[in-house]
Amino acid sequence: MSDFELNPHYASEDVKQEPNRVGFGRGLKAAGEANEAVVALCADLTDSTQISIFKEAFPDRYIEMGVAEQNLVTVASGMARAGKIPFTASYAAFSPGRNWEQIRTTICLNQQPVKIVGAHAGVSVGPDGATHQMLEDIALMRVLPHMVVVAPGDSIEAEKATRAIAENGKPSYIRLAREKTPIFSTDNSPFEIGKAYVLRQGDDVSLLGTGTMTYQLLMLSRFLETAGISAEVVHVPTIKPLDEATILKSIQKTGRVVTAEEAQIAGGFGSAIAELISEKSPAPLHRIGMRDRFGESGTPGELLTYFGLTGETMLPGVLKFIDTVPQYKPGY
Amino acid sequence: MSDDLTVTQLKHKASEIRQDIIKMLEAAGSGHSAGPLDLAEIVTTLYFDIMNIRPSQPNWGERDFFFLSNGHCVPVQYAAMAEAGFFDKAELLTLRKRGSRLQGHPERTKLPGLENTSGPLGSGLSQAAGVAYTLQYIDKQPHRFVYAVTGDGELDEGNIWEAAMFAGKYKLSQLCVFIDRNNIQIDGNTEDVMPLENLAGKWESFGWHVQEIDGHNIESIQDAASMAKAITNQPSVVICHTIPGKGVDFMEYDYHWHGGAPGSGVPNHEQAKTALKKLRTLDGKITHEGGL
Repeated sequence: MSDFELNPHYASEDVKQEPNRVGFGRGLKAAGEANEAVVALCADLTDSTQISIFKEAFPDRYIEMGVAEQNLVTVASGMARAGKIPFTASYAAFSPGRNWEQIRTTICLNQQPVKIVGAHAGVSVGPDGATHQMLEDIALMRVLPHMVVVAPGDSIEAEKATRAIAENGKPSYIRLAREKTPIFSTDNSPFEIGKAYVLRQGDDVSLLGTGTMTYQLLMLSRFLETAGISAEVVHVPTIKPLDEATILKSIQKTGRVVTAEEAQIAGGFGSAIAELISEKSPAPLHRIGMRDRFGESGTPGELLTYFGLTGETMLPGVLKFIDTVPQYKPGY
Repeated sequence: MSDDLTVTQLKHKASEIRQDIIKMLEAAGSGHSAGPLDLAEIVTTLYFDIMNIRPSQPNWGERDFFFLSNGHCVPVQYAAMAEAGFFDKAELLTLRKRGSRLQGHPERTKLPGLENTSGPLGSGLSQAAGVAYTLQYIDKQPHRFVYAVTGDGELDEGNIWEAAMFAGKYKLSQLCVFIDRNNIQIDGNTEDVMPLENLAGKWESFGWHVQEIDGHNIESIQDAASMAKAITNQPSVVICHTIPGKGVDFMEYDYHWHGGAPGSGVPNHEQAKTALKKLRTLDGKITHEGGL
């Protein structure tokens, strides 16, 4: 059993689906209701980032910045100096893609609690193609001192994550998807920044997921079960700081790790896990994600399948991994 | 500031600050000379006349704000802050040393009284605009003003013009920017590296109220700030024509004193001694030192 309440219908074909940017929008509105210091800035992408929900509720605390992502985050830095809690929204390709230095200098080094919302991350952005399919944002953000990095698993969790980020007093990055994704959590599921959650117990392999890839790992675990393999699924919505205790406990139990992210594995979530286990608890690792290539135009479903980012397409690689690599359990 | 200094006293203060800068840079052995020196009058007038601040309460809730966007010029800000009483003058000699609160480029969290972290060019104006927007539209405090200083080479940065558009759109009338128009940048004169003219025309077209002054004339600086405060429907920019390295004759007009590379652009001991003597005696005009 686990402490994380799973949506009982998560595996059904008609599971409820919603883009997690909608959850973000709701969460930001709730954060705005709870604290009048919360303000929102957007670089000409109000509706598609769903920051429009906040704008409608608090038009006087919403600022249209135009297509100017450098100004977006540096004005926000100034507003933080003046006591506000600014959320800045754009597509992840542009923010933090374009304005990474300003985030580094005026938010991280300057230690201002500005929240960067990177919408439309991952290949599931779809037909817009590679230029808009941001895959490098996890690496870019986690390497910055003082930056908190969160990739919510579904829309319900995105709402909770947004509220938590509004209250944490730190520079923070939240990564959102464009497409609707299955909801696997419930209103009762816990969310705390810096905590990972065991969704499903198992003994043969630890499947660590972040963001919307956790759902795919849940589906993968069902396929593995059919093949006689007992997989433990751990949801890691906070990539930085990592919940080392929960993650290491799982790895020490199963002796084998698989990670999944809709991002470049280089420097991303899988790399963070590789760093952790190499130093603290070595175990064989199989990283699923984008392997040093960009995305391309296609439908979200097509692209996830093509790049091996669905439970079904992950299966052959994971079976091979389990088949060829023994569990490493030296008994710490 | 609560005490009203006369123009003569402000000039004297600017000269003190120039001396502080020379001493700081010599002790540090690295840093930037030309810009800090030529900003002495502007920064002095801001800290000792224009701005409503309390050095003993750096986070005073009614204060005016100062954002140095061209962070490499921070020696002049550190000197002004020390002279104003934010910290002891002896600390100035720790500039750029390990463990110092006076980092090579200003870091807000290291030194109370700094409003931002800068160094990479082009961000300070946006931060200043963010505060000005907050004061004008959200907190509705029309009596508080936000001042920023930028370099002119810094205006090559796109971020500056994004901020200019933003301030123009929202008519940030509580924002006043002083541009250090010293005509130099690292690779040479600004008009050779990346020409800025027609600079006044550019800001006007972005919706700003523009003034151009002699950046070494304290009364002109005071008048420009007063005018900026009186302009209630536009942000204000004051293009301050300055002589790079002003106050030290062997540095004036020469972009090689901009600074940056280790050992270059800062005075060695002999040069510092000469510079200080010139500053203290107002270039030989004072035959004995002490008093106004």
